[in-house]
Amino acid sequence: MPVSVNEKAAEVPERLTVGFISLLRSLGLQVPIGSAIVFQQALGKVGIGKRESVYWAGRSTLITDPEDLPVYEYGFRVFWEGITDALEERIPSYQRVALVTDDGIGTEEELSEASNEGRDVINLRYSPSEVLWEKDFGLYTSEELNEAYELMKRMTLLGGIRQSRRKISSKKKSQYPDLRRTIKSSLRTDGEPIRQRFLEVGERQRRVVFLLDVSGSMEAYSRALLRFVQAAVVGRRQVEAFTLGTRLTRITRELSSRNLDQAVSASSNAVQDWSGGTQLGETLRSFNIEWGQRGVARGATVIILSDGWDRGDASVMSEQMHRLKKVSYKIIWVNPLKASPGYEPLAQGMAAALPYIDQFVEGHSLNSLEDLAYVLSE
Amino acid sequence: MSFIAPNNPSDVNQGLAKLGYLASEGLSSSIFLSLSLQRPLFLEGDPGVGKTEVAKTLAKWADTDLIRLQCYEGLDASQALYEWDYTKQLLHLRAAEATGRASKVGEQGLEEEIYQERFLVKRPLLQAISQFSQNPPVLLIDEIDRADDEFEAFLLEILSEFSITIPEIGTFTAEVPPIVIITSNRTRDVHDALKRRCLYHWVEHPEFDREVAIIRARVPEVTEAFAKQVAAAVEQVRTLDLYKPPGIAESIDWAVALGRLGSMSLNEETVLSTLGALVKYREDQNRLQEHGITDLVEKALARAG
Repeated sequence: MPVSVNEKAAEVPERLTVGFISLLRSLGLQVPIGSAIVFQQALGKVGIGKRESVYWAGRSTLITDPEDLPVYEYGFRVFWEGITDALEERIPSYQRVALVTDDGIGTEEELSEASNEGRDVINLRYSPSEVLWEKDFGLYTSEELNEAYELMKRMTLLGGIRQSRRKISSKKKSQYPDLRRTIKSSLRTDGEPIRQRFLEVGERQRRVVFLLDVSGSMEAYSRALLRFVQAAVVGRRQVEAFTLGTRLTRITRELSSRNLDQAVSASSNAVQDWSGGTQLGETLRSFNIEWGQRGVARGATVIILSDGWDRGDASVMSEQMHRLKKVSYKIIWVNPLKASPGYEPLAQGMAAALPYIDQFVEGHSLNSLEDLAYVLSE
Repeated sequence: MSFIAPNNPSDVNQGLAKLGYLASEGLSSSIFLSLSLQRPLFLEGDPGVGKTEVAKTLAKWADTDLIRLQCYEGLDASQALYEWDYTKQLLHLRAAEATGRASKVGEQGLEEEIYQERFLVKRPLLQAISQFSQNPPVLLIDEIDRADDEFEAFLLEILSEFSITIPEIGTFTAEVPPIVIITSNRTRDVHDALKRRCLYHWVEHPEFDREVAIIRARVPEVTEAFAKQVAAAVEQVRTLDLYKPPGIAESIDWAVALGRLGSMSLNEETVLSTLGALVKYREDQNRLQEHGITDLVEKALARAG
């Protein structure tokens, strides 16, 4: 029962803290016990007599991402103010969307069955899966999809390498002396630095940013490609993943669970616009504003997985691709339709984007994804 | 808490306001909690919203040192923690050798000689922990998102213990933990574990009235009416999808620039000649001009009333 803030001041605060936090958790926020304790301490400092104090004490101790704010605000209103209206409006990203399970994601039994099957499949790699490598994702049966996921797990994305500012010790002579090790070794020769040691420039992987189109026209491919993106997120560092459609959704966090099925269903839940319309240019614009220009795309290899079908204004697409091009290192466009015979990039969005793309590759089959992995490592 | 011990968020607000920093209610609360719970404060937000300034102002308010660690890619322990002064060590070794002392004391002896505190170069984190003055310093770890993620794990360890062990010497532990402010522009996600060690606050662009007040506080030579026009124009510019939307830092720069030109009211000509103080990319300047400076000025004047 919601009570006013003043009445609550007389109650035992622990109960309030615990109640509030369990509400937030039920809304999908992750609140570790450590944060709950700090929240309790914070309330001890500011008291619970004033709405603003409680609000800010909670906000600074329980939230670590601006994306979680709407949920927090909603939870706060429900718990402390007893207002329960407009749930959908206030917490869009946590609205649960039922996912059509055409890919074997379902009950617990199905899940474990699928992974058991998967383990067997690897042994069969040279017989039926040979066919699998060439086959179009759109023509897969659900068993074949599961097999393909197992194979995707084995793909590793190297990504481009660039020079790091961190120097590492070197066996060869170089222009950077390693004084620390030189001095250490000179102790053995009475302080005479006879053996000089050197450093060399280290290497570092470039960030890879995936933008996966989940609109209706991509339906046959997006779920399979999502698995591929997931394998990349888990398999290496410095990967960010987003979905494009009618709105932009960041799914890096959801995908980073090592439990593949859990990760995929978590991200499917987060994405609101599966198989909806396409506003490619507009969502690309939100990407540029919210993430790209801040530096997520800066110096990164950006991989757009889309058929380029855009119902919006082509000039928006062109402008946003231009912005993206300026900050990124390389843009690779993966288009599953490219493999169809006689394909021409006539889709409006695709045509507008083409001038800004460094590499245009297929993405309809396992083989083509392996090619992509190769292109990335070049 | 020995030196600044605010009783509530509004003490913080007033304390900072006296020094020209006008904090929002949320920020004041977070700072208050950070001080009273002795936890680091993690500030995230777009560039130019005054994150770094929080640390600077806090240091002034607490009348203590500001120790700043600017993060960058490749930042490692030798830049953040400590490094041995190799030149001095080498000189010492050569001197020992020249006088023939080196062969007498042997490898062990030489090693003990050169790994002493006087050969140690303290970098920001060690400085912040080993400072023995009365007031704990303010430690600013600026733009942590620029450092590699390995650095976070390392920082996490230091922030939970406030002690640093140097194998050759021993362990330094802070008597009173420093006030720690960590900032991030969010070019990448900082690991949740680190954020959870801290109190978190997302810094927004200031709303209109506070922006006016900040401009007035920082650029006293401009009038109230003029500050309003500037804030109104900046507010509009922020909605234009720029590559780098102006922050409060740019508003202040711009107000100063306009003030120098002696203008008392926004007009197209002065805006054009001071555009460089407001938006700093050529593309953004073009975009603004495409949008129409006249329109911008007109709307700003109307908004400012």
